[in-house]
Amino acid sequence: MTIDRRKFFKSIAITGMTIIGVNASGAPKAKSEDEETEFYGILYDSSICIGCQACEKACAKAHGLPEPTDKPEVGVVRKTSENQRCVLNSYETSQGEVYVRNQCMHCNEPACAAACLTQAMYKTKEGPVIWREDKCMGCRYCMISCPFDVPKFEYGSTNPKIQKCDMCYDRIIKGEKPVCVETCGDALFFGTRRELVAEARRRIAEIPELYIDSIYGERVAGGTGYLYLAPVAPGELGFDTRIQPSSYPALTKGFLYSVPSVFILVPTLLLGIHEATKSRKTKDENHD
Amino acid sequence: MTSPIIPLTKTAKDQSTWRFLMNELKPRGKWLTPFNLISIPIILVGLALIVIRFTEGLGAVSNINQEIPWGLWKGFNVVTGVAFAGGAYVLTFIVYILKVDKFHSIVRVTVLNGFLAYLFYAGALVLDLGKPWNIFNPIIGNNFGASSVLFLVAWHFLLYIVAQLIEFSPAVAEWLGARRAHKLLSGLTLGAVIFGITLSTLHQSGLGALFLMASQKIHPLWYNEFIPILFLVSSVFAGLSMVIFEGSISQRVFFRKISSKNRESRNSLVQSLSKICAFSMFAYLAMQFLVFIHGQHWDLLNTPMGYWFLLEMIGFVLVPMALFFYASRKSSILLSRVAAIITILGIILNRLNVSIIAFRWDAAVHYVPSWMEVVVSITIILIQIWIFRWVISRMPVLDESPKWAQKASH
Ligand code: SF4
Ligand code: SF4
Repeated sequence: MTIDRRKFFKSIAITGMTIIGVNASGAPKAKSEDEETEFYGILYDSSICIGCQACEKACAKAHGLPEPTDKPEVGVVRKTSENQRCVLNSYETSQGEVYVRNQCMHCNEPACAAACLTQAMYKTKEGPVIWREDKCMGCRYCMISCPFDVPKFEYGSTNPKIQKCDMCYDRIIKGEKPVCVETCGDALFFGTRRELVAEARRRIAEIPELYIDSIYGERVAGGTGYLYLAPVAPGELGFDTRIQPSSYPALTKGFLYSVPSVFILVPTLLLGIHEATKSRKTKDENHD
Repeated sequence: MTSPIIPLTKTAKDQSTWRFLMNELKPRGKWLTPFNLISIPIILVGLALIVIRFTEGLGAVSNINQEIPWGLWKGFNVVTGVAFAGGAYVLTFIVYILKVDKFHSIVRVTVLNGFLAYLFYAGALVLDLGKPWNIFNPIIGNNFGASSVLFLVAWHFLLYIVAQLIEFSPAVAEWLGARRAHKLLSGLTLGAVIFGITLSTLHQSGLGALFLMASQKIHPLWYNEFIPILFLVSSVFAGLSMVIFEGSISQRVFFRKISSKNRESRNSLVQSLSKICAFSMFAYLAMQFLVFIHGQHWDLLNTPMGYWFLLEMIGFVLVPMALFFYASRKSSILLSRVAAIITILGIILNRLNVSIIAFRWDAAVHYVPSWMEVVVSITIILIQIWIFRWVISRMPVLDESPKWAQKASH
């Protein structure tokens, strides 16, 4: 590892502050500050999706993963795995059979990135939440924390990776669309989150028979980069309805914010008690 | 500094240091004790499994899966073990801050225990990491996940190990007969104690805070926003119960090592410890009760998970609490020990509940540790006991410090 001196000292200073929690913020910098840094996302329209798995296959090919062999089937829940970053599932709903796509939601305030102690899980300013191999130590705390159970770990490997959708980050910074969007006809739509919401609202307004009047992802878990249009409520499509509507990293804020005060209060208090008991005992026997 | 810290002048003495160390590394006493006969084969199998874990990947020995990514090594060796090591911060608080001198005779052994525990739990953590070679990323370099609870816990862990080493170091100096070093190190004790207690309150609660983001993954009877505080309070009686339990064993095993004066005072010590346990358990139960009322989960009590919860709260907190009260009233050592053992089981139950059993209790595939995970978990503890024993029989931990050291510290 080559770190130059300035960087080294800077990191020491940061460490000092972080140990006592001064830098602690409940969430990694996840605010969209202005239009220029607006997050990209993907709108998935399950009313249009025909479950052809073209996106699954393209994804597997693009990321060097084995081609999926099973098909979406009612009654079978396919899950993303260390070999599959996205899956299609089929549900029998009140509106007939509906396909739904599952992959990383690219949360606005990702629990995985807040959990990661090395910033290997990272919310990029473009929007995708990516995983960086050289930083990860494989603690799997991201898996514990992600409310959607997205990050998957290669248990069979001696140099394991975390597998999850990264929205084809390398393509996005080159100005291209993610492979799944490129492959799909209309069911996947790529754009800034603002554009996606506008597009979703337009579709709902235009063909109200096709959709329920709500966009999954607009608020859930504090808002996600992946947005869903569907003819039925998310509960019917296998989504966990207990996932809270607000940010997950916020759950640890109280604890993290209390750390600096503990570092000031507790030692002072201890020293105070120590002094008080000392004077009471005067000079008689006093070990250590 | 004019004279060297270790009172051996170079050259000629170098050799004698070496001989001294070699001598001390040799085992003392009988080899074929029942403990050795049982522990050695287990340790050998455990070490072989650890080799397999690194050559074949985690999946080869462990049953953890994509939904339950933390298994026995994290849930038992780390999360549970740290609670038991809590005795060290509680006792250093009583002895060095409140200056209740009667606990002085057991503070060293408790700190030693805590120090070894942390060291080996850090070891368990490394085994569990997928990419352990990146473990220094959050410590050096510029990869600070400052918003991560685990980041804080890791750092506090590390610093606390150092603080405990400083707290224990006078014993090492006495063993080596290093007077100057002894003086210097003893002077650092108070600082290390204050720092150590602060770090302990933070990482004991931090271990609970780790699970705050898993809000809908943990059964609502165990998940609440107060997990950090509950973890902190329960670490008080978890640690002290361990002190009582461990004391009852070392009293038998290291009988000759314990000075007669200390032996006599043991009874009154256990009695006081029982009282502290009882009161902290009372506070803990009251908090659990408030949290329960607050959560409005009455309907959940009448489910299998609800019975499980009641078993933990009544059988393993309320009952031993009553026992502790009764034992301290009757000054019965035996009852205290029974209470301590029940409490220890209760803490294991509680920590495993939060981290493993009630974690994704609704998952299709439940996690049950493989025999290999169990063996490795036990191996870690056994090696720790071996080292503990080695230190106890050489350094002045249970017995009195040498005369010169006692005088110096007065
Ligand atoms: S869905 Fe999970 S893995 Fe994806 S960004 Fe959100 S928290 Fe992270
Ligand atoms: S497994 Fe890797 S990416 Fe996940 S939290 Fe740990 S260090 Fe971060």
